[in-house]
Amino acid sequence: MQELLQSLAPWLSDNAIFTPATLAQYWGGFVNTVQLVFISLIIGLFLAVPLAIGRASPIWILRKSIWLYTWIFRGTPLLIQLYIAYYGLAFIPGVQDSPIWPLIKDPLYPALLAFLLNTAAYTTEIFYGAIKAMPRGELEAARAYGMSPMLAYRRIILPSALRRALPAYGNEVIFMLHASAIASVVTIADLTGVAYNIYSRYYAPFSAFIFVALCYMVLSFSIQGIFRLLEKRMLAHLQPR
Amino acid sequence: MKRLLTVSLLGAAIAAGSAQARDNDTVRIGVDIPYVPMEYRTPSGELAGFDIELGNALCEQARLECNWVEQGWDGIIPGLMSRKFDAIMSSMTINDDRRQQVLFSDPYLVPPSAWFAPTSTKMAGVESSDLKDRSIGVQRGTVQDNYVTDKFGDVANIQRYASADDVAVDMETGRLDIAFLDYPTGQAALLKGGKYKTMGEMMTEPKEYFGDGFGIAFRQRDEALAEKFNKALATLKSNGTYDEIHDKYFNEDGTNAPQPDQD
Repeated sequence: MQELLQSLAPWLSDNAIFTPATLAQYWGGFVNTVQLVFISLIIGLFLAVPLAIGRASPIWILRKSIWLYTWIFRGTPLLIQLYIAYYGLAFIPGVQDSPIWPLIKDPLYPALLAFLLNTAAYTTEIFYGAIKAMPRGELEAARAYGMSPMLAYRRIILPSALRRALPAYGNEVIFMLHASAIASVVTIADLTGVAYNIYSRYYAPFSAFIFVALCYMVLSFSIQGIFRLLEKRMLAHLQPR
Repeated sequence: MKRLLTVSLLGAAIAAGSAQARDNDTVRIGVDIPYVPMEYRTPSGELAGFDIELGNALCEQARLECNWVEQGWDGIIPGLMSRKFDAIMSSMTINDDRRQQVLFSDPYLVPPSAWFAPTSTKMAGVESSDLKDRSIGVQRGTVQDNYVTDKFGDVANIQRYASADDVAVDMETGRLDIAFLDYPTGQAALLKGGKYKTMGEMMTEPKEYFGDGFGIAFRQRDEALAEKFNKALATLKSNGTYDEIHDKYFNEDGTNAPQPDQD
């Protein structure tokens, strides 16, 4: 990356703002944003599948407690959740002497925690909706074949429901990318944080923010492209012929 | 009748306008209140503060009549442009962004920057070797941010916050080892409970970072007026009046002197 930036230097010689140094900062912000968003999305996804099954389960206490969790995390702003995770956790009595303090001290982990719990709540509801919307006929056919509920989930319900949830989940991924722009309030130098730094250093709001908007657009368009490919492959059976 | 009224109102307006034009020795100065100890009201409602007293002394020296006009910070440059007042003297830091819009006098005060650390800190000083791998808290986009970024960006971990209060909270949690703020702000946010102390020297150098300081803002075309204030400021500095006012509000090291009459 450094060599690439150095090779760009002659092109940037007339430019006060986009020097190799600031481009390196943007690159650092890009890496931070991608890390933060994709780690929380992946963990959130793995949490959401069992949670969605639990949300649809006949056991009352399980169903209600998962409902309560999604209700709380979908009912409050992500920014507030981030503040609580970053500033709130640090003030729990005794936490500063506990072995988990190095994790809480670093702004990355509280932010990851808030983001992944938030995206897991939304994803749970998306998957739960898809499970609920299973055609009854398919469920009855599974039961008629003598499949246990476990087997029916594994062979029939999950493959079909997760596929049908794909477009809605693609939206969630893009929302999460855009929501991550608030990470800079807890000192993480993500794309938006870097843009702020450069804006306040050079008093150049347009250059700093338009460039960062383009970075976000590149990311969103790649995500959209990936989901379009996935949908083409995995939802082929639902396409009109 | 109606016509007569219109004509007379018009006449009055013209008379008032020309009166204002002739009477250009009255200078209206915009100020955003309160910002202790630079400008505030005493409990009896009087204007007080370093800016107010220095401003009055400058006007007296320049033989101008001055009025103070209160104006919120967000609208203070637009207020100057739309002629609600003729100057701004409200702890405004001189910077290039503002220079494009307004004309600044010579700086009349450079607030020092200072390092703040917990009283129990193990750091011996504030050299690069002391700050290696430490977390430094700053307010984003301030002169302090620019200074530590350029000087210690490679060795230390610099955390940027939106406000000094956020810096104070993270000093409290122990996420930050040390903070670098302008002194009056840091004093207000951190020095009250005795848990923090300043480290190293108060900094107003190098000029490249800290040299701008506070200036009086004028409209770009009012060069003559700015010149009058600059001359008056130079006189006050040489005849000791400036130091007298400065000592009333600030200690020798640039810290805020206690003010008995603020609320």
